[in-house]
Amino acid sequence: MSASPRSLHGNQACALGAIAAGCRFFAGYPITPSSEVAEQMSRELPRVDGVFIQMEDEIASLAAVVGASLGGSKAMTATSGPGFSLMQENLGYAAMTEAPCVIINVMRGGPSTGMPTRPSQGDVMQARWGSHGDHPIIVVTPASVQEIYTETIRAFNLAEEFRAPVIVLYDEIIAHLTETVSLPRADEVETSTRKWATGTEENYLPYAETDDLVPVMSRPGEGHRVHVTGLTHLPDGFPTQKPELADRALKRILDKIEIGRPRIDKVEHFGTEDADYLIIAIGIAARAARRAAQVLRKEGLKVGLLRPVTLWPFPEEAVRQAAARARKVIAPEMNMGQLALEIERLAGADKVVRLNRIDGEPITPDDIAARIREVAST
Amino acid sequence: MNEIVRPPFEIRDYLRLNLMPHFMCPGCGHGIALRALLWAVHELGVDKNKLAIVSGIGCSGRVGAYIDANTYHTTHGRPLAFATGLKLARPDLHVIVITGDGDCLAIGGNHLIHACRRNLDLTCLMLNNEVYGMTGGQVSPTTAANRLTTTTPGGNTEPTFDSCKLAEAAGAGFVGREVTLQTPALKNLIKAAIAYPGFSFVEVLSDCTEIYGRKNDLGESPEMILSQKADMRPEAFGNVADQPFRPHRMQTGVIAKYDKPEYGAAYRARAAIEKAKAGR
Repeated sequence: MSASPRSLHGNQACALGAIAAGCRFFAGYPITPSSEVAEQMSRELPRVDGVFIQMEDEIASLAAVVGASLGGSKAMTATSGPGFSLMQENLGYAAMTEAPCVIINVMRGGPSTGMPTRPSQGDVMQARWGSHGDHPIIVVTPASVQEIYTETIRAFNLAEEFRAPVIVLYDEIIAHLTETVSLPRADEVETSTRKWATGTEENYLPYAETDDLVPVMSRPGEGHRVHVTGLTHLPDGFPTQKPELADRALKRILDKIEIGRPRIDKVEHFGTEDADYLIIAIGIAARAARRAAQVLRKEGLKVGLLRPVTLWPFPEEAVRQAAARARKVIAPEMNMGQLALEIERLAGADKVVRLNRIDGEPITPDDIAARIREVAST
Repeated sequence: MNEIVRPPFEIRDYLRLNLMPHFMCPGCGHGIALRALLWAVHELGVDKNKLAIVSGIGCSGRVGAYIDANTYHTTHGRPLAFATGLKLARPDLHVIVITGDGDCLAIGGNHLIHACRRNLDLTCLMLNNEVYGMTGGQVSPTTAANRLTTTTPGGNTEPTFDSCKLAEAAGAGFVGREVTLQTPALKNLIKAAIAYPGFSFVEVLSDCTEIYGRKNDLGESPEMILSQKADMRPEAFGNVADQPFRPHRMQTGVIAKYDKPEYGAAYRARAAIEKAKAGR
């Protein structure tokens, strides 16, 4: 990356990443600790002929984003836990209608209004299962300001390539952390665009099954007058309740993510190859874990870190393999054990040691190191 | 949208005939509203490729799918919010929202007042049949006093909304109301609404014969439609309240029309200034 280093905080980096990815529409509603994303977008978008709008609530925000996406724009919104809850209805609609969009969710202490200015990792499961019904979802979890920039770009690319909503999930600490970020030149940013119909194809079907299971989209105004609905629909876009056809339609939108895993999956390894004690963590907890691993290695303990960068779909194979070699798997997270549920089903519950914190403070390297020393001495 | 000499209106030219027969109940007024809308679209010469119909959930939400255009059947109460994003991203499209009394005034009430306030160039057609028909006939924000519904088994005691007053107070640039009985007048009102450069709100008094009419013993469809006449103050009579043969419950025709800035144009003008500043 050819450098233009800048000192940015996470939410600014997010907005700049979105613009670099080609985002030209933002609709949102103010909520701590994500509001700086909206503020930055309101300044950036007019400069690139994009549109910013502050809507009346989070429900309307994601609705407007999906409307803009179906009109052909790369579009996003940003929110935090309570607002993310309100978005779940239209998140399901985006998944069902295969409208590419990006949702930034900056996690704060919950439940309910909770601790708005304090960090948490309480939305690990909301990000996966918040909307009703079995729906496809991609969630990425950056752990630094630089990575918020690059993962926001990757989120847009995945949204476009898979025609699915993609969530960028990070905590309040990284959102407000200021770090030096290298921004690439605009022509160095790799961007993807959804497959577009020309408007002149014979027998075009808006939800036709393709090899990669991602249908070709039609831009309104160009000739194909298509129907878009949240009802379970056929390749022609119109609803069905025939069991075998409904089954096929729903499995396609789930399978497109499964078969896309080589493109979607992303994990970071730090000393996992010989780790007796494997830490699995995301976001700010992963940064603390990395520090703890460095400290403990100097003490002679073989500690490694596996960090899911793509959180959902969950990196099952990577976790299974790394956990198989380890004596214990430590799961530090700023919630009561959401990641741990996934890790336990892959590593076996008796191998997993949980470390949880929900008091609005980050998990520290000392917290993690102390827990691993304790486990190693028994 | 220059008015030119066009061939006579033929509804089949604007429908997805492969979806027929439609699933609306016998006697439902929504089909008449659909006809009036398509008639207006025809007379204005709107290109079907540039026509986007956004609807919500309920009986009104299903009407849009029959139109041979870009049709979006969205979530309950949210069509105005979807339409806002679509229109801002694509100012070249004619975006028309079809919604109902429950969709627009209950679950979507917040979106309605803010869409009115912004005055973005959208047309909102609210088909008011005074009931939640799709879910089996529950009370809605426009169900008249004392009417029986499945959730007001002893009669409705809640007051109703006057949606046109609400829309006007919230800032809509164009507000009107018409009954399905007066189909040519309804067509003309929708034409004026689509042509208006800003947010236009049109309430269509429709009728739910099968569920609401039956439950309240309001007669067959012709009787229900004719009774609309008694409830209205037709524009032809100057909307005056003292005509002897009407209980003048509601005003019809163009109720309000203001010259005010259209939001999309206003945003783009401001953005151009910001862009020029940033470029210096």
